[in-house]
Order: sequence, then C-alpha cells, then structure tokens
Amino acid sequence: MSPDNPAVLAEGLTKRFASFTAVDHLDLRIEKGEVVGFIGPNGAGKSTTIRMLCGLLRPSEGRASVAGFDVGRQPEEVREHIGYMSQKFSLYGDLTVRENLRFFAGIYRVPHHDLGERMRFAISMAGLEGREDVLVRTLAGGWKQRLALGCAILHRPPILFLDEPTSGVEPEARRRFWDLIHELAAGGVAILVSTHYMEEAEYCNRIALIDGGRLVAMGTPSELRQRSLGGDLFEVDCVPLGAALKALGSAQGVVEAAIFGDKLHIVLGQGGLSAEELPRFLAEREIRVGSVRPATPSLEDVFVRLVSTTRETRAAS
Amino acid sequence: MNIQRLLAMAYKETLQIWRDPRSLAVALLMPLMQMGLLGYGVSLDIKHVPLCVYDQENSQASRAVVDDFTASNWFTISHTIASEAGIRRAMDRGECAAAVVIPVDFSRTLAATGSAPVQAIFDATDVNTTNIAMGYAQGVVAQTNATIAARWAASHGVQPSLVGRVDFEPSVWFNETLESRNFIIPGVVAVILALVGAQLTSLTISREWERGTMEQLISTPVTPLEVMFGKLIPYFAIGLLDAAFCLAVAVFWFHVPFRGSIGILFVTTALFDLVVLGIGYLISVRIRNQLGASQVALLLTMLPTTLLSGYTFPIDQMPTAIQVLTYAVYSRYYVTILRAIFLKGSGLTDLWTPVLGLVAYAAIIIWLAARAFRKHL
Repeated sequence: MSPDNPAVLAEGLTKRFASFTAVDHLDLRIEKGEVVGFIGPNGAGKSTTIRMLCGLLRPSEGRASVAGFDVGRQPEEVREHIGYMSQKFSLYGDLTVRENLRFFAGIYRVPHHDLGERMRFAISMAGLEGREDVLVRTLAGGWKQRLALGCAILHRPPILFLDEPTSGVEPEARRRFWDLIHELAAGGVAILVSTHYMEEAEYCNRIALIDGGRLVAMGTPSELRQRSLGGDLFEVDCVPLGAALKALGSAQGVVEAAIFGDKLHIVLGQGGLSAEELPRFLAEREIRVGSVRPATPSLEDVFVRLVSTTRETRAAS
Repeated sequence: MNIQRLLAMAYKETLQIWRDPRSLAVALLMPLMQMGLLGYGVSLDIKHVPLCVYDQENSQASRAVVDDFTASNWFTISHTIASEAGIRRAMDRGECAAAVVIPVDFSRTLAATGSAPVQAIFDATDVNTTNIAMGYAQGVVAQTNATIAARWAASHGVQPSLVGRVDFEPSVWFNETLESRNFIIPGVVAVILALVGAQLTSLTISREWERGTMEQLISTPVTPLEVMFGKLIPYFAIGLLDAAFCLAVAVFWFHVPFRGSIGILFVTTALFDLVVLGIGYLISVRIRNQLGASQVALLLTMLPTTLLSGYTFPIDQMPTAIQVLTYAVYSRYYVTILRAIFLKGSGLTDLWTPVLGLVAYAAIIIWLAARAFRKHL
C-alpha cells in the first residue's frame, strides 16, 4: 500500500440483487489508523458493502479500492491485505483455539519463525491463555469474537473489516473488544466496523451512517450532531412551558423547539436568536427563565433525525 | 499453489474428519459392513435346491435316480410325498423349488425299451434360479444315464458302445470353482470406494457453507485449487486405505484368487478414487446444504455403480441403449479392470481401453472440479 493512498476508497459503489438495490452509489474514504463506524438499520446494506470491499461480492456498478487494489479486478491482492470478521461466527467449532490459529496462520502464510510469537499474541489478546486446547465451540461469545479477531489479524493486515463483531456479546466483553480495536488503530490499522449498538458509535473516529443502501451522513460524532440538528441544542428551564414553546416556535433563528420532560429543548441555527439573548427574549414575553444550558443529543437521536430527514427529502424528490 | 496453504488446508480437514463421528463411521465402518454384507449375503450360486420327490414305484432303479439327485449337492430332498397334490402344496408353501416324479412303471419301461421318462417340475417364480436348477437337473440325469448304460452293458456282457457318442467336457477358465463370490467381491471394492469417497467429499464444501466458515475462508488469499486439493488429500488417503482393506479381505478372508499386478491395481484404484472424490467435490460445490449434497452423491455414485457397472448385472445382457449408457458410467471401467486383474491376471496391454476410459474420466472430473469453486458468495 503506497503511503498516500487511503486505506479504503469507494466511489459510486453499487450492488443490485435482481430488482433490489442493496447498496446505492456509496462513497466512502477511510484513512490509515482510523476507526470508522458503519451504522444503519438492519438491511441498510452494511454487510453487503463490507462484502464488496472484501472482494466476496462483485460490485454491480462503481468502484472501490482497498489498500490501493481494485476490489473487482484484484480481489486476491485485496485479500492479502485485509482481515475480515463476518457477521456470523465463522471459526471452526470442532477445532481447538490453537488449531484454528494455526490453520489461519497457514492460510495467510505466516512465516514459520514468526508463528509462535504471533500465536501467543493472538491468544493473550483474546484472553485465552491456558485454554489453547479447548474446542472453540465450547467458548462463550466474547472469547469467540476475540479469537476471531485474533485469527483475522495473524497476518498483520493494514485494514480490518469487522461486521457486527460485538452482536450478542455481553457489555463488558464488548468494552474489551473495543479496547482491542483502538489498540490496533493506534498501530496504524484502518478499521471499518459495523454495529447496531448506538453507544459503540461514540468509540469511532468517524461514523458512516447508511440507510436504504445510501450513505446518509459521514463525519465525527460531534459533526453529525451539529448536522442533524442544523444548529446547537440547548436545554431551557422555564415556566410556563406552553407559552415559551409558542414564542420560540416562531422566533427567528430557532430551528426547532420541543418540550422534553419539564424542560424545553431548542435548536438554535445561524443568524437569529443566540443563546445569550435567549433569557431576555423570554423575559420580555413574561416567561420566567431558570437556566439555559447547552445539551448533547444522544447519537441515537441524531441517527433517527438524519435518517428521517433524508427519507423525507428523498420522498419529496 | 502454495504448499504451506495446501498443508494447512489438508491438516484442518483431517482434524475435522477425525472429530466427526459420522465421517469416521462412513470411512471405517462402511467398508467393513459392506464387505461382510456383500461378501456373505450376495451369492448367485445355487446349491441345495429343495427338492420334492414323488417316487411312485419305489424300486431299486427309481431309488438310484433319487440318490443321484442327492449325491450331486445341487439338490436336497425336502419332502418325500405320495401324491400329485402334495407337490402343489409343497411348492405353494415354498418348501421346495423343484419336484421329481418317477412313474410307477419306471423300471419296467426302462427294462423293456431301454429308456424311461422321469418328470421334473420347477417353480419358475424365480426365473434365474429355475434356469440354473434345470441345468443341474439335466446334469444329474445325464450322470444317471451313463451309470445305467454302463450297468446294462456290464450285465449283458458287452462293451458300452464307443461309437456315436459325444462327450461334453466343459472347462471353466478364470473362475474355476464357478463361485459367484469370486466374481462379486472384486466389484465390491468399486461400490465401497464410490460410496465412501463421494459421500464424504460431498459434505466437505457444503458443511462450510452451512456453518458459515466458508465466508471466512474465501476472505483469505487461499486459491480454489488449494481448497480443492487440500480438502481432497485426506479423503484420497482414506479411499486408498479402504480399498486396501477391502482387497486384503477379498484375498485373505474370502480367498478370491488374485492373479494380476498390485501396481496396476494401485494405479487404477487411485484413478477411480480421484473420479469419485471429484464427483463428490463437484456436488458439494454446487449444492450448499449437506443433506441435499449427500443424497445427490448417492444418486450419482451408488446407483450407477451397483446397477450399470456390470458389478451384479452383466452388461452384455442389457438392452443396447442401456449398454451404450454404461460407457458413461465410470465404475464400468473400474469393475472391468478389477475382475480382469483379480481373476485373469490381465496386464496393461489387455486393459488399456478401460484404463484409458478411467484416465479420461478422472481428467475431466478434476478439471471440472477445479473450475467449479469460486470465491464469491
């Protein structure tokens, strides 16, 4: 992989199954050492995209390069440079921990003098010391997933594709798994990881939000928050709420106002009412203001909002 | 092809076979069972046909005829009865397959005219047995005739006529004892190889699809050829071991004569092994679930090998269209070779056509199999 190439670059990547378009002109760029979270509802096209990037599915249209190799024309070169964890657990359950590692080391042609060290690393990373000779099917979910990751990185690939690696894994084991991901990224590995746990999106450097096969938004978690709201979110403690809602709803610069529990959530856009002017604006309308505080929307809110506005604009056009 | 990947693949597959009781059972027990079943169970020989005797005369001469039947070993007397209806009853009950009726005036007629009729009745519901039993009966009667002629000549003080007699002296080659076991057992090797080879390999790819391990495997740089050969190596070895076991049982346990060269037997067995493994692998690539794959494998290997290879049913007795069809059945070549090597001791000069057929078949199957597996979902 040449130094100036992005780890992953997809342009107009499209996959059609008969009349169904699973992935629709997707653009994606992942740099070295970056953890990109692939977020979207079930059936959004996450797995299909990852499979295309691994060379397992041929794109119907568009192109993608991984480690500088074209996924359509040079799938074998791509495979040399990637590690992949499929959604379904896919190690050999009737083989032991060590046998699985040895098998994938052989398949990835790990040099003999490196074998011992890399296997030890994978075993300790998965926390499986002392259980090397246990049949893999008897392991609990978290261990299985860490071992699968261990197998996928035996050949030290510069790029990792992890398709819902933490699904069905208990929270603590998930946390450990993400620590591993960050360790790998710190070593320069580019990682695309899909998940449907919203809190896991926070652990990513950037998030690619996908819905109906199309990229809805891409950016850091805070960028996405801003973009989804069209401004900054504030929590306003005031009475009476009804009057405040009515007053703010028609004020200039207010993108959105809504009652949230016993407080008001308002989004302030550019050019108009600012947060500083807010208490005075409300006081003039005989509304008592307790406090005005910036608030952080949950990523779940952000995704729901981004997906629904995108769907609306798509439906309109 | 990379040797490290090939070995990793073969080793993994061996471990999986070793840990799968079902595969092990097919690989190890199936040959034993089949050999026992087919070696002991299938016999086209007919001995001790149950015979019903209705001797109306009960004289010295008539008893001599009956004794000739029992002495032959082809027949065993199951009933001695005293009425025509008894024959019908015994046959209806399946207690006898043939009956001999000696008329009340047997010795008188014989003495007066020099010849006397003896009636033989056969239950022809099983045509095959009847044909053979009729042959045996004629043989017995011929024997009786010779004895009577000799005795008559002796008692009349004359030499038996040496003129106008044709002696039929059959000479049987290659399977001198005329045991159908010698003919059947070499073919059993083909049946077992077809069964074990194709059954086991038919599961090898479909199992990986079913368990989800295939998706991981094809995301690695392993090539389709490495997958194919890596997977087939252990099954190939199992096939050869099974064949060696069966051949040893055939020769040392069932005492089937072995007259040919072990070298040619080994090469042709390896070729046949390749063909059935290739077929199993092709099926496995095409059908992504284990049950379907194993059923199709049975259909494509066991069926033609038992029915159309000449293993039990002689090919030259089949209708022409079916005979032509048998050329497409790879087992036909191997069964021909097996029998020729075992019983005739034929060498390559005699066997080059079936060997060539097998070579061509193996080449085509392996070529197809090598192209069949694609690293795509």
